[in-house]
Amino acid sequence: MSRLNRHICKLKSVPGLISLLFMIVPSVAMADDLNAGDTAWMLTSMALVLFMTIPGLSLFYAGMVRSKNVLSVLMQCFAITSMVTILWALYAYSVAFGGEGAYWGGLSKVFLSGVSVDAMSGTIPETVFMCFQMTFAIITPALIVGAFAERMKFSAMLWFMGLWLTFVYAPICHWVWGSGGWLGGRGILDFAGGTVVHINAGIAGFVACLVMGKRKGYPTTPMMPHNLTYTVVGASMLWVGWFGFNAGSELAADGTAGMAMAVTQIATAAAALAWMFSEWLSHGKPTTLGIASGAVAGLVAITPASGFVGPMGSIAIGVAAGVGCFIAAAKLKPALGYDDSLDVFGVHCIGGIIGALLTGIFCAKSLGGTGFGVDSGGMGAQLGVQVVGVLSTLIWSGVLSFIILKVLDAVIGLRVTEEQETEGLDIVLHDERGYSL
Amino acid sequence: MKLVTAIIKPFKLDDVREALSAVGVQGMTVTETKGFGRQKGHTELYRGAEYVVDFLPKTKVEVAVSDDKVESVVSTISTAAQTGKIGDGKIFVFDLVEVVRIRTGETGNEAV
Repeated sequence: MSRLNRHICKLKSVPGLISLLFMIVPSVAMADDLNAGDTAWMLTSMALVLFMTIPGLSLFYAGMVRSKNVLSVLMQCFAITSMVTILWALYAYSVAFGGEGAYWGGLSKVFLSGVSVDAMSGTIPETVFMCFQMTFAIITPALIVGAFAERMKFSAMLWFMGLWLTFVYAPICHWVWGSGGWLGGRGILDFAGGTVVHINAGIAGFVACLVMGKRKGYPTTPMMPHNLTYTVVGASMLWVGWFGFNAGSELAADGTAGMAMAVTQIATAAAALAWMFSEWLSHGKPTTLGIASGAVAGLVAITPASGFVGPMGSIAIGVAAGVGCFIAAAKLKPALGYDDSLDVFGVHCIGGIIGALLTGIFCAKSLGGTGFGVDSGGMGAQLGVQVVGVLSTLIWSGVLSFIILKVLDAVIGLRVTEEQETEGLDIVLHDERGYSL
Repeated sequence: MKLVTAIIKPFKLDDVREALSAVGVQGMTVTETKGFGRQKGHTELYRGAEYVVDFLPKTKVEVAVSDDKVESVVSTISTAAQTGKIGDGKIFVFDLVEVVRIRTGETGNEAV
């Protein structure tokens, strides 16, 4: 029996003392401004979002590559998780959330200075906020891995992700969510990261696959997923973890978090069905990879909208994402001929743009939403701000990613050799194989 | 002595094994294998990308028999493995030069 329980047992014999206890507890909670419910939910959310990257996204991607590259993808996601954690603690948290600049947060929280046991961020400890945001900084670069899978050098991948976090993720994160950030100030509605996470990673992936070039043999050699069981399991983990991502982005355990959870579930289901039926109609069979990809597309699209739209709006967003991302991955990619190995652009960039724009429509109170983020001008003005957010993310992330990749290519080289690529990255880069069967 | 090698549809394996046992065949070797004939391959679909897969899963059954049993074994396999649809497979018959039972050292028909 815990000490608290023993206290309560003792107190039960003294009714007067019980009422005294209930009077004291809330006043103590208010005194240090910490809300235990909010804090408990955010501790949980942080763990859920980390669960999205390892193992969720890792498995989602690992199943889609060929068996000779399965470990390389798992390794990239795991290494990014570890490296970003350290960089976030050293300086990236400060760049994103350290101050009130329009374009970056400054260096006041470098080495997490001031983020102590007592430091607060709203109603939760700042340590919890810092860790929650850290998991977003982890998954965003990890998403990019899918675009250049099966051909990038591990060392180049580490350099790229470190630089990308510093010059692309942390600043854009500040623009939208940091206090004083210029996009947030204009009234952009991005609840959980349509611009910051998905468009950002999606366009970086698109640029990366263009700069690096196609895999050897693409598209004439079949490059089929080697284990769709992993992929479906990974997508399911992403779906579960995403409640931390979206409902957690309220930073509180309240009604908005509840609605964010509801619309996340509904939009995801709508998108999974939309992709499944699109594929069924156009290719004759409903596929597991299709329904899983549709679910991820729906999760992506509802991300910016989740705190602002109602359940019926979320169905519309889900259907648009399921159909739109299916067209991008299954029609647009083959038509244009780029080799975005695992459709990071088709799912995350296109899905993110669909979500960011539709947020500006379905946030309208007349459509069941919570209202516009802009002070005046209604839906037109809101859509305008959303477009500015989308374009500025596309441009900043696209251009900076291009520069970082070109510099790295010149200095250390981005790709493994053709021979190494044919042999497989697991053996060549890691001296291991995924399966000894 | 002959070696009868049959390439059949995997789901017909149990029927073939039972039918062969019924005509007195006491051993066989089975291998999961891949190949194609007139049936050609099939298509697989991943995010809208259709891949033609040339090699289909098949099962290879190998039976060593004495000369007098060849005819009944071949007809038993072709009856048991038949569905009448394309892709039922083929039977190849080879001359078998020698057979040795490793445990006893018996050779020839006694070892089959």
